[in-house]
Amino acid sequence: MSILHTVNKSPFERNSLASCLKFATPGAAVLLIEDGVYAGLRGTTAVPLITDALERVKIYVLGPDLKARGFAAERLIPGIGVVDYAQFVALAVQHAKVQAWL
Amino acid sequence: MSETIKKFLYLNRKAPYGTIYAWESLEVVLIGAAFDQEVNLLFMDDGVYQLTKGQDPSGIGMKNFSPTYRTLGDYEVKNIFVDRDSLAARGLTQDDLLQIAWEDLDTDESVENIVTVVDAPRVSALMDAADVVFSF
Repeated sequence: MSILHTVNKSPFERNSLASCLKFATPGAAVLLIEDGVYAGLRGTTAVPLITDALERVKIYVLGPDLKARGFAAERLIPGIGVVDYAQFVALAVQHAKVQAWL
Repeated sequence: MSETIKKFLYLNRKAPYGTIYAWESLEVVLIGAAFDQEVNLLFMDDGVYQLTKGQDPSGIGMKNFSPTYRTLGDYEVKNIFVDRDSLAARGLTQDDLLQIAWEDLDTDESVENIVTVVDAPRVSALMDAADVVFSF
């Protein structure tokens, strides 16, 4: 069973996502929540970090947090999934543990 | 009350919703405007996300305060600036941002959109020209 990582900080303000992706092992899942969702958007300086990681781990964005900030799923980097709160819970159940990168 | 009008610069560098900074800044901006001070708003770094169009935080149980930015023109706030490099780093353009109209009720002078995207030298000049800088 692998780890579900959650990242709630903007990649432009903190290194939470970079650290998470450095240590996440193949098969892990990364869920971007709160200000972490900005990392999932196309055209940003964080794109190389995400596209590199997508080859090893699954990356999801929490839909309500994306919508709150004014962005539609179409603005996300291809390969990123969008989940709702119920699917967030399902991901937590499917993985051995949840590790938060605050 | 003193008659002196000071140039206030509100420096906004935080994304909305994740922290309370954006909301608190807006509250203080409205207070400054109510006291007839010269209010300048500058959005840079993650602060540019405060002005994105289409915000809808109903799904996260928070108040949508982005419509309040659109009323700033009614509070005689005329100077709203956005750092161009911060937009570019985030894959954003001015089309992603709210438009804020301004109108002088006495002279009928009006500006369709007071949100101005500026380069780094202009950002520095705004900071130099300010009497007081409020950082959020």
